Amino acid sequence: MTEIRRSPTNAGHVATAAVSEPRHKIGRRALLRAGALAVGAGLSGLGASATALGTAQDAARQTNGEAIGAAAPPWMKTPGRVFSAYGTPSHWEEKVQRLLPPTAAARLGVGASRTPLERLAGTITPAGLHFERHHNGVPDIDPARHELIIHGLVKQPLAFTRETLLRYPLESQIYFVECAGNSGTFSQPQPQQAAPGALNGLLSCSEWTGVRLSTLLGEAGLQRGAKWVIAEGADAAAMSRSVPLEKCLDDAMIALFQNGEAIRPEQGYPMRLLLPGFEGNINVKWLRRLNVIDAPVDARDETSHYTELLPNGKARQYMFLQEVKSAIVKPSFGMNLQGPGFYEISGLAWSGAGRISKVELSTDGGKSWTLAALAPPVLPKSLTRFHLPWQWESRPAALMSRATDEKGNVQPTRAAWVAQYASGQPYHYNGIQSWNIAADGTVQNVYL
Amino acid sequence: MSISKRARFLHAAVFTALAAILFFAALCRAQSSGQAKSAHPNLGRPLTPDEIRQIDITVTPDGRGLPDGSGSVEQGAKVYAEKCQACHGAEGKGGPMDQLTGGIGTIASAKPVKTPVSYWPTATTIFDYVRRAMPLRTPESLTNDEVYAVTAYILSIDALVPKDAVLDAKSLPQVKMPNRDGFLNFWPPPKR
Repeated sequence: MTEIRRSPTNAGHVATAAVSEPRHKIGRRALLRAGALAVGAGLSGLGASATALGTAQDAARQTNGEAIGAAAPPWMKTPGRVFSAYGTPSHWEEKVQRLLPPTAAARLGVGASRTPLERLAGTITPAGLHFERHHNGVPDIDPARHELIIHGLVKQPLAFTRETLLRYPLESQIYFVECAGNSGTFSQPQPQQAAPGALNGLLSCSEWTGVRLSTLLGEAGLQRGAKWVIAEGADAAAMSRSVPLEKCLDDAMIALFQNGEAIRPEQGYPMRLLLPGFEGNINVKWLRRLNVIDAPVDARDETSHYTELLPNGKARQYMFLQEVKSAIVKPSFGMNLQGPGFYEISGLAWSGAGRISKVELSTDGGKSWTLAALAPPVLPKSLTRFHLPWQWESRPAALMSRATDEKGNVQPTRAAWVAQYASGQPYHYNGIQSWNIAADGTVQNVYL
Repeated sequence: MSISKRARFLHAAVFTALAAILFFAALCRAQSSGQAKSAHPNLGRPLTPDEIRQIDITVTPDGRGLPDGSGSVEQGAKVYAEKCQACHGAEGKGGPMDQLTGGIGTIASAKPVKTPVSYWPTATTIFDYVRRAMPLRTPESLTNDEVYAVTAYILSIDALVPKDAVLDAKSLPQVKMPNRDGFLNFWPPPKR
């Protein structure tokens, strides 16, 4: 379990921005590793750890004719490693990984892995940490043998390779993708004690670059009666969904790039459908076919899954929008507060309907609310980071965040959200989440 | 104003109007052809009906797109035992993967058991999903006859089709699913 280090007031921002481990802990571990490195490089292990300490004695010795590097850390006294064709994160950060599904599901490539939200900053998800949802593994698609075909109620059926699409005008937009099942655990009667990634990590945000779908549909030419588009992937589940034509003619995109590089295989290489603000599943990955049609088809993933059961036994179908939502990422479960003083409350807010217009925070369980600062840029259908400085006086507190979007939609309470649906219905949870802070600084997920 | 003067005036007015219309039409054409060149690359490869037939596996709830072929409950029981039972259990129950049968009448209860037969609104969805995605380890390995047959077998377990049923493109869409009226179309979303 990691902890937020209580920071000195004059350096509060810097210190708390690095949510990780207490500094003395990092220092000790770094020392051990530094020592090991130094031994490996043929230097004196004793000398290396002594110099890494950087004590006053070291400084004193420098003046007595020792090498000028005596007080320098080992990585300043030997050349670093050479160039790499494709860089990877620092090995010091090897704990920052997706949360993989339970072993049986992982072995079959069916299920989901989650983005470790509590270990990331800003709003852009590194491609390798974007959450995954696969229905039968990640296909290894040869782009030279993959075409997107558009057919059905069109005047001229057309096929497009990735290479062809690269010749089209490309646009880049920052959008979140969130699984409809994200935060589904909040539909359960007892709050799950887990970090934000486990609770809300079927959520990622990327800069997507591709071709507007309306451009391609315009070239194919729509026929009378065209109302829906059946999208199909080239994975081993041939995953398929019915998409309303209005969305296809609005901001829908055939995405080819993610954060500047070709979309990763896990996110749909060589191309995916991107429907900003709509539930993740309908953003069909490995897109190979768009069949323009008159009505939706009741595909398995819009009947069996991703339908919302109501208390009367009826189910909502074709509910696509990911509604206004927020979650406090810091502090959160696993980041217990270490004594009174300055802490920054921060987290993420998003809405499939547009921009976030405000995020209100409460530290008293919803009795009073304060506006959080929104970190620019605040973009539509994208993650927005919010912040609020906070002095904690070692008294029990209950942190809540409530987001409002530019259309005036307000995040509901959990109780109001749960009341809409049949018991345990997990999809499209967007209710308010709460962290209880005990007097000893322990953080727990609570329902208020 | 004399008649001849008025005629001359009308003549001039009509001429001016016509000239203006022609000028604007020419301008618009020039502009739109310029736009067509820049904004419509038109690089898609035209597809032949044959190519589409090979890839189009869409099936609609009213049965459009269902292929030729047919399968009986009896044939389906054999296919199921051989290719489905290891994951879905005898008669579609007992896992380890999703339960396929039973649960009819539970959807509005406190403990809904969602299965393809209790929850899914249309029988064509079972055919479509088996054809595109099953068996999990060897998808798209069945014949259309086998998919019709295994669909018939699954439906027969809860007597949604008789034990001697043979399903094909005509009979499959006519199967009445218990939860066929259980779904409320939420698109477009209601205005608030």
